[in-house]
Amino acid sequence: MKTPLGMVRGLGSAKTGTEHWWLQRVTAIANIPLVLFLVIFILCHLGADRAALVASVKHPLIAIALIASFLSILWHMRLGMQVVIEDYVHGGWRIACLLGNAFFTIALGVAALYAILSMSFGA
Amino acid sequence: MAETHTDKRPLSPHLQIYRPMLTMMMSIVHRITGSALYFGIVFFVWWLIAGAISAEYFAMTQAVFGFWLSKIILFGFTWALIHHMLGGLRHLLWDTGHGFKLSTVEFMARANLVLSIVLTFALWIGVYLVRGTL
Repeated sequence: MKTPLGMVRGLGSAKTGTEHWWLQRVTAIANIPLVLFLVIFILCHLGADRAALVASVKHPLIAIALIASFLSILWHMRLGMQVVIEDYVHGGWRIACLLGNAFFTIALGVAALYAILSMSFGA
Repeated sequence: MAETHTDKRPLSPHLQIYRPMLTMMMSIVHRITGSALYFGIVFFVWWLIAGAISAEYFAMTQAVFGFWLSKIILFGFTWALIHHMLGGLRHLLWDTGHGFKLSTVEFMARANLVLSIVLTFALWIGVYLVRGTL
């Protein structure tokens, strides 16, 4: 039973509808080229010294691609791990794990962005 | 919200009851590889942070990643990444409403497994051929 307004809005009681599912797909599709870029980026710097890495990250396109990769991947990671937690962890631990999931992915993102910008703009 | 129901109500079939099937194992492996990648990316961030710190610290980090045990872990990480991406492509295909025929599902599960192993070896052999070392 749904009111006409409810049907138009198409959102469930949580008021977010299929947003989680949709963003998982959006980031998944974005991850295809971005992860391929990351793999090539890593392969190009196997055994490299810092000067070579910094020289690469100084290129705006490389820095932008790295930042985009981390944002998309970490977002995808958080959504995916949230589903795993919601499936397997119950009670108070669930809240703790969901908080841990948020802090972990955001902390990694901040750290990665700092490192990329530091190398890109720094010495 | 979280009260426990102790009355004996019938359960729907669940994991421990089903006979393991390839498609089911692939679904579980998709989650396991996703979780492994989730924690594995920490090493990538560490690598970038090392680059932001100093030449000496970055050289030390590169040496750690060059250790044989690290390479074995990295090999596993490569496989998990490729397997998870191929699995993701299957899911994206299913999202379009295609590929649900049982024979197709079974074929894609096998192809996913075989391709993930083939591509992982191809990547590492390619690196070896280009660099002359791993």
